[in-house]
Amino acid sequence: MTTLIYLIPVALFLGALGLSGFLWALRSGQYEDLDGAVERILIDQDDKPGR
Amino acid sequence: MSCCAPGAELALDLTGTTSVLPSGQEIRLASRFVGDGLRQTDLSVPTVHCAACIQTIEKALGNLDRVESARVNLSTKRVSVRWRGDEVPPFVRALGRLGYQVHLFDPELGGKNKTLSELIRAVAVAGFAAGNIMLLSVSVWSGAEGATRDLFHWVSALIAIPALAFAGGIFFRSAWNALRHGRMNMDVPIAVGMSLAYAMSLYETINHGDHAYFDASVSLLFFLLIGRTLDHVMRERARTAVNGLSQLAARGAMVLRGEGARDYLPVAEIEPGMQLLIAAGERIPVDGKIIRGSSDLDCSLVSGESTPRNVAPGVPVQAGVLNLTGSLTIEATAAAKDSFLAEMVRLMEAAEGGRSPYRRIADRVSALYAPVVHLTALITFIGWMVAVGDWHLAMTTAIAVLIITCPCALGLAVPIVQVVAARRLFESGIMVKDGSAMERLATIDTAVFDKTGTLTLGQPRLVNASSIDPAVLAIAADMAAHSRHPFSRAVAGFAAAGGQHKFDAVTEHPGFGIEATVTGSIWRLGRRGWARWKALTDSESGHGGTVLTKDGGIVASFVFEDALRPDARAGLAQLNDAGVSVEMLSGDTADACGDVARILGIDRFVSALLPSGKAERIEVLTKAGHKVLMVGDGLNDSPALGAAHVSIAPATAAHVGRNAADFVFLRESLSAVPLALDVSRKARRLIRQNIAIAIIYNAVAVPVAILGHVTPVIAAVAMSASSLLVIGNALRLHRFMPAELTRASSATRSGIRSSARPS
Repeated sequence: MTTLIYLIPVALFLGALGLSGFLWALRSGQYEDLDGAVERILIDQDDKPGR
Repeated sequence: MSCCAPGAELALDLTGTTSVLPSGQEIRLASRFVGDGLRQTDLSVPTVHCAACIQTIEKALGNLDRVESARVNLSTKRVSVRWRGDEVPPFVRALGRLGYQVHLFDPELGGKNKTLSELIRAVAVAGFAAGNIMLLSVSVWSGAEGATRDLFHWVSALIAIPALAFAGGIFFRSAWNALRHGRMNMDVPIAVGMSLAYAMSLYETINHGDHAYFDASVSLLFFLLIGRTLDHVMRERARTAVNGLSQLAARGAMVLRGEGARDYLPVAEIEPGMQLLIAAGERIPVDGKIIRGSSDLDCSLVSGESTPRNVAPGVPVQAGVLNLTGSLTIEATAAAKDSFLAEMVRLMEAAEGGRSPYRRIADRVSALYAPVVHLTALITFIGWMVAVGDWHLAMTTAIAVLIITCPCALGLAVPIVQVVAARRLFESGIMVKDGSAMERLATIDTAVFDKTGTLTLGQPRLVNASSIDPAVLAIAADMAAHSRHPFSRAVAGFAAAGGQHKFDAVTEHPGFGIEATVTGSIWRLGRRGWARWKALTDSESGHGGTVLTKDGGIVASFVFEDALRPDARAGLAQLNDAGVSVEMLSGDTADACGDVARILGIDRFVSALLPSGKAERIEVLTKAGHKVLMVGDGLNDSPALGAAHVSIAPATAAHVGRNAADFVFLRESLSAVPLALDVSRKARRLIRQNIAIAIIYNAVAVPVAILGHVTPVIAAVAMSASSLLVIGNALRLHRFMPAELTRASSATRSGIRSSARPS
């Protein structure tokens, strides 16, 4: 049972990592144009990504 | 033209008389500073719909001078352009050349949506917590004991605290608000159940107890938040779609100062006495009087008149009217806040205030449900105290009752159905402002329609094209292409497929018609009295009407009808079949109304009504015990839209009316109205079934809980099962696809004689 001592924190940490990743993506506007993201993959871009 | 301009899902054909390119000054007024000397302008481009559109637009705009960046948002059909300098880059024209219609987007309306991101964050946090706690709980249920179980309970308690505090805040705030105002809503039992479950579990954990309900408390929160978020997303989608439509109210106007100086001022700064220059194609921003120029005005949104009005100096004009053909100089007689438009808004707000407030089904149910549940828990507690006398046992049983009755299914029962229904309507091009609108629509027994722009399209259509010599018609069409008068547009549609006619000169005489010279002869297309200057030589009698003349002799005359909305007749028949009586109210003349009423089979109509008259008529019907649906598009309809129990507006409606309406339909066909009614009624039936399911669930689960047999496992299974049942039932709405409605044939266009009688 001693394995639980570090397995639980590890599990929670990984979960929290995923959660904070999601929150970061949300805040940086990656969910604001889902339809656009679907279509943009079709655009050929020879040059560097536009800013 | 771009690859995809026509036929995009939400592509609105607003090309009629309402689309006016925003001027440079207007764009400047609507843009905002984003720092670094950059300005950002948000444009609504309803026809953008694929990757090619995105690329074309971003490339074209990016290549313009002084444009820093351009980014298309396909979900909201919007383009944000960042630019520097004082002069506005010509991006509207650039997009126009590509074939995209552009409307300015009001940044005030499009403020960042705080609630949605808060909800999504809450869902994420609650989901994370629920998942982890459930893992630990399953371990406990599978037999973890002693110190291990205590450890799992403690970890669960720690995870649950931030989840409840952060994600549950939405429910706690709403419940507190309701209680403070002495009301009851669904959030009260939810908040009470969640917090009591947590408190009891914590107590149990401290005392090394067997049962902890952390999982119930947090997964309940997670489920309910999902329902609430979906609900919000749906409403938000409708709201942005409606806001994305063209702004009809003028944003500013060109003010003429002494000595030829000109200033572009925002509407709010225009004062009575100022002289304003109104170019053809602009809307008149404030009430005023014409001092120079003559033109035709499209009053359809303001008064409901279907025929453009001919105006000359001295005539008073109302705010919101569209100037069609010639430029005008008007003197403002009222400031914007005293103008016709503002007056309509005031009337509408007064009418809305007079409407009896509607209580949503969920609130009515919870007003009964919450006291019953809380009373049952109390009785359970007293019963166990009397029977056993162990207060700890009595308390845990009572709280178990609260947990098992916590209205998870009930909380989902209504919003889930409404989300599915709204989605269903969205696919058919109907936007729903909120769930209560559907509940209200399901109850109506009377539908009141406006005529111009609602039953009809408000756009004339040439009806005698077949009896006109095609060669002559082609000449007329090429001439008509030079004007934006609605009649001209109707004729221009008949241009010959081949090349254009070469005219030596074409001039538009505002208020009269178009004159063209071809190899020495003068052609005129316009009002009879002006175009035919030759004395009566033959039996060319008749009065008024639109004619084409060559050197003063009539070559052809044109008859126009105000085209009926597609499926108007079928739509009204469906309403009748659904047991709804139909009535028509219009500001137009009795003749014009009579024609429409006869064709559509409407028995009751009132014509020549003032805006307040429409609202009064609806109040009379309401007093007589009817639940009234108002369908209208004009500014003059907005008080009536506000007064009615529920309201629907077409996408071409005036801005004010569109905001007042509960539903907005984007397609031309009038079958949207019976479809919305149909879906709303089916949604009501499913909501009732769902509530019944939730009550049956309680009837089974509560006795078990009262007898003290509920363990956390039973609670978790029972609550999830009832929620799934409710969601599954709601999804059945998709199966009710009424094929005959969605097939919305636009083939049945029929027309009516317009009372076009320019004199």
